Amino acid sequence: MRKKLEFPFTKDKLKELRAGDEVLISGTIYTARDQAHKRLVEMIDRGEKLPFELKDSAIYYVGPSPARPGKVIGSAGPTTSYRMDTYAPVLLDLGHSVMIGKGQRSDEVKQAVVRNGAVYLAAIGGAAALIAKSIKAAEVIAFEDLGAEAVRRLEVEAFPAVVVLDTIGGDWYEEGRKSYLGEMERSAI
Amino acid sequence: MKELKAAEITEAVERLCIEANSYLGKDVKTRLSECMAAEPWPGAKSILGRIEENIAIAEKDFVPLCQDTGMACIFAEVGQEVHIVGGGLTDAINEGVRRGYTNGFLRKSVVADPIRRGNTGDNTPAHIHYEIVPGDNLKITVAPKGFGSENMSQIKMFAPAAGEEGVKDFIVDCVRSAGANPCPPIVVGVGIGGTFDRAALMAKEALLVPFDEKNPDPYYAEMEDELLEKINRLGIGPQGFGGKTTALAVKIKTFPTHIAGMPVAVNINCHVSRHREVVL
Repeated sequence: MRKKLEFPFTKDKLKELRAGDEVLISGTIYTARDQAHKRLVEMIDRGEKLPFELKDSAIYYVGPSPARPGKVIGSAGPTTSYRMDTYAPVLLDLGHSVMIGKGQRSDEVKQAVVRNGAVYLAAIGGAAALIAKSIKAAEVIAFEDLGAEAVRRLEVEAFPAVVVLDTIGGDWYEEGRKSYLGEMERSAI
Repeated sequence: MKELKAAEITEAVERLCIEANSYLGKDVKTRLSECMAAEPWPGAKSILGRIEENIAIAEKDFVPLCQDTGMACIFAEVGQEVHIVGGGLTDAINEGVRRGYTNGFLRKSVVADPIRRGNTGDNTPAHIHYEIVPGDNLKITVAPKGFGSENMSQIKMFAPAAGEEGVKDFIVDCVRSAGANPCPPIVVGVGIGGTFDRAALMAKEALLVPFDEKNPDPYYAEMEDELLEKINRLGIGPQGFGGKTTALAVKIKTFPTHIAGMPVAVNINCHVSRHREVVL
């Protein structure tokens, strides 16, 4: 079942999501990947004001390809999330609530997701030209020197993703595979 | 002796970088359709449908299939009768990469130092492998390699006693532990034998072998089929959400090795398995 997720919203809305749900995201989300995460956490350590409000924010792990003239963004699929695992719990504990990427997360991240009532969504890795069509505006708001890794504010419309980690500890990478294998076993009998 | 101008090589590399990032080979597209038809799990089928949609958009709009337009891995087969004039071959290739990634609006993903980082700004230097061959042709293959899958690759120096079973288990385990990270369905390139470095190189070269080209050694052809079947029984599925289609192909390359060793390298590629070639 496809659920609509329109930003901004508060964490209450996330409680309705379950691992395996397909969602369509609309509204404002931010981009940050490896180096941007490192810098955000360093800014937090120094007590500096961050380039965007962390509370109830969505961060998309992406380093888009450059926009062609007349386009808002280039291709923009998710990057592998585990490289952000060191930093994500710090951001989640400060109110950041929706992570969008692809691939498995560490136990520390899983615990921080449940502890904070947050979620982790996966976008389709490699489907970057398709995903770019749901991005309607993009603006670099911090760390311009990082190029593809800069922090951008994106306006998205019906951006497709799947819930991987939900607020009650569900993990779709485990459950999805298990239910497929279970079904195959049943149908083989 | 045939003369080739460095500028001509630069132009060819520029074009190959841009084309390789937008157009997938026919073998990959055909295999994806076959897998979609054979996929019993509805969720997995729907993901494969999205992947096919993405391929069509990239082709039609001439935009990169994936935002990770990769590190430019280049294989050059240099005929020994070829004489390159007007500049060095390595410089000519790197200039082609620089122009391709700049003029083609491809992402610049290369950092100048592995520990201290710092983007080079033009995706150079390329990783270039040269081979001297008979004849007067220069064959260049450009294979942009994304690192979501590169990071899931592994190499192991086995003792010969590990045998066939040890090799096969290692390859399947490598795919199992990679899970959802390398954007399945994946392509598995395997290099067995040679030295530490040779095994890794063969694993990458194996990713360039067309899917419909059968391994010339029936022993390894059978092993490729068996491994593909085993991997597609893991249940990881497209994007790791469950399903049959975990890998599109397993390709093996081998080389004689030392009496004391059996190196095995596994290079993983995502479904955006890109490479374009030209003969000059």
